[in-house]
Amino acid sequence: MTDTRHLPRLTRPVGNDGIARLLQAIPFARLLGVNATIDDEGKVIARMPYGDHLIGNPRLPALHGGTIGAFLEMTAIAQLVVDMAEPGIPKTIDITVDYLRSGRPRDTFAKAIVAKHGRRIANVRIEAWQDDPTRPIATAHGHFMLPEGGEAAAPASADIKATETKA
Amino acid sequence: MSEEIGLEKPKVIGELIGENRQVLLSTVPFAVAVGMDVVAVGPGRATLSLAWREDLVGNPETGVLHGGIITALIDQACGVAVICSLPKMTSIATLDLRIDYLRPATPGQTVLVEAECYRKTRSIAFIRALAHHGNRDDAIAHSVATFMLGANKAPPSRQIAEQVQQ
Repeated sequence: MTDTRHLPRLTRPVGNDGIARLLQAIPFARLLGVNATIDDEGKVIARMPYGDHLIGNPRLPALHGGTIGAFLEMTAIAQLVVDMAEPGIPKTIDITVDYLRSGRPRDTFAKAIVAKHGRRIANVRIEAWQDDPTRPIATAHGHFMLPEGGEAAAPASADIKATETKA
Repeated sequence: MSEEIGLEKPKVIGELIGENRQVLLSTVPFAVAVGMDVVAVGPGRATLSLAWREDLVGNPETGVLHGGIITALIDQACGVAVICSLPKMTSIATLDLRIDYLRPATPGQTVLVEAECYRKTRSIAFIRALAHHGNRDDAIAHSVATFMLGANKAPPSRQIAEQVQQ
């Protein structure tokens, strides 16, 4: 059974199972139906499956802008959790969402680029798309407060670079 | 524009809708799904409320609402404020929305969002909004947004249009 009262204690590396347990433990993520997978390079690909309750404008029809904004924020947090030395939950300081196209009634995907992962603050850019990743429906950027131990863990590729530099 | 010259300013939806203000949200499935309510409207102004609910929580250990639902409530309040600034129903779309999270929402408490459309051009509306629990000096989030007017060709909500017919 999934424990729905507590957030899972995640340890590195946070895999598909870890990110699934985290999203399952967040009630609002469950309401939106958000799930995610992590690719070989440690990039989170989040998915918000279409649901009738996500509609904001039934005449177009179009997804509610708020659901897209919330989805982008969740994607940023999921990516940060995966990247952290000691996985914990970052807090959103601010987020700016640019709406580029109306979200059609179908599945939406998102990925995040951590522009700067500091010791206390991270700056993240996020992009959401539907059929075509090169035609985003919304982009966002935000600042997140990192918990204790939330600094970036050295990713595999960075390990190689660090070794090269030292050598 | 010409109809405004030398005449009384046409009334806007914020004045015309009166007691029928719930129709501003009842046509929005997501707003209904999460339990948003219209508390008050005026010309270019709207106050929305959202009661705390377990399925809107971001952290089950603290019961604090997810930032994303605050985003959604603010987006909706800004949209309603824009509609309330217009003399007749027009399709609108969010261009951008910036939110500063000032403090976590208190678990169990209703969130209010006051949104004000403070400037409007022919095609763009500028809005600011504040989310709080009843005390503006202890706000949860502050936001600025821009919306596009006449955003698409979809017919504007007939239900709302009927409520504001003069």
